[in-house]
Amino acid sequence: MQYKAKVYVTLKPSILDPQGRTVERALTHLNHQNVEGVRIGKYIELTLEGERADVEAQLRDISVNVLSNPIMEDVRFELEEQAVEQSA
Amino acid sequence: MKTAVIQFPGSNCDADALHAAGNVIGQDATFVWHTDTQLPDVDVVLVPGGFSYGDHLRSGAIAARSPIMTAIRAFADAGGYVIGICNGFQILTEAGLLPGALTRNGHLHFTCQPVRLRVERTNTPFTSAYTSGQTVTIPVAHGEGNYYADANTLDRLEGEGQVVFRYVDNPNGSLNDIAGIVNDRRNVLGMMPHPERAVEHLLGSADGLGVFQSLLSRVGA
Repeated sequence: MQYKAKVYVTLKPSILDPQGRTVERALTHLNHQNVEGVRIGKYIELTLEGERADVEAQLRDISVNVLSNPIMEDVRFELEEQAVEQSA
Repeated sequence: MKTAVIQFPGSNCDADALHAAGNVIGQDATFVWHTDTQLPDVDVVLVPGGFSYGDHLRSGAIAARSPIMTAIRAFADAGGYVIGICNGFQILTEAGLLPGALTRNGHLHFTCQPVRLRVERTNTPFTSAYTSGQTVTIPVAHGEGNYYADANTLDRLEGEGQVVFRYVDNPNGSLNDIAGIVNDRRNVLGMMPHPERAVEHLLGSADGLGVFQSLLSRVGA
C-alpha cells in the first residue's frame, strides 16, 4: 500500500521565532490589529510504501530524528492511504 | 599535530581552516571528503564553516547524518580532539556531539563582523594558550548562531565550566552570551566565531591563533 505523509515541524513555544514576530509586526502595520501569536513552521510531504504499521514506525523515526530537531522543534504527522491506479 | 579538515558540499571555510592548521601553524593538515567512512591517522578533526547542503532542512542537519560522521563520533568517543566552527558547530550539535542547538539570529539578519569574545576557560585543549578572562577579537559570519539549550542543559554547561567563549556584545541573541562550548569530556569544541579567519595580522587579527597553538601544545608536533 502507498501512503502519503504530511509532516508539520514547528518551533517549540519556548523558542523565539523572529520570523513569526516580524510577520506579526507587518500584519499589525497592515491594520490587522486582531492578529497575534504568529509562528512560522515547515510542512513536509512524502510518499511511503509498505505495511501501515511499518510505514508509521518509519515515518515517526524520520520525523523525530531527521526532519525535526527535538531540542528546538515539535513535530506531528498525518498518514493517509493513497489510491494507486490499478494497471489492467 | 595532524589535522583532518572535513569537506561537505557547501563548506566554504575549509581552505582557510587548512591554511591555519597547516601553513600558519606549520603542521600536517589534509582534507577528508564527507562520503569517506574512515579518518586518516590524525590528532585533530576540524569541521569547518560554510553552508553544508545549502543549510536546507536545518543548518548542519544533513551533514550531521553523512557517512564520515560515524567515524568522527568514534574518534571523539576515543578522546580525539574535534573542533566545529560556525556551520561545523551547527553540525556537531545536530550530530549530538555537543548539547543545544543554533537557531536564527534574534534580529534575523546575517551578521558578518569582528566581535569581541571573552575567554572563559583556559583548562581545555583548545584554549590553554589564552589567559583566563582575556578579550580577543575574532570574526563571526552567520545567520543562525543564536545558541539555545533548555534550562537544565544551560545550568549544567555553566556549572561544569563548559562555556569556553562568551560574546562581549552579543551579536545574535545567544543565551548567556554563549559563543563557544566544549562537551563534558572537554575534547570537542564548538564555536560560532571563526578563529581560522584570524590567524595573521594581515587579516586584521591573529587572536584566533591561540586555538591552534593550544592544540599543538597539547598533542605535540
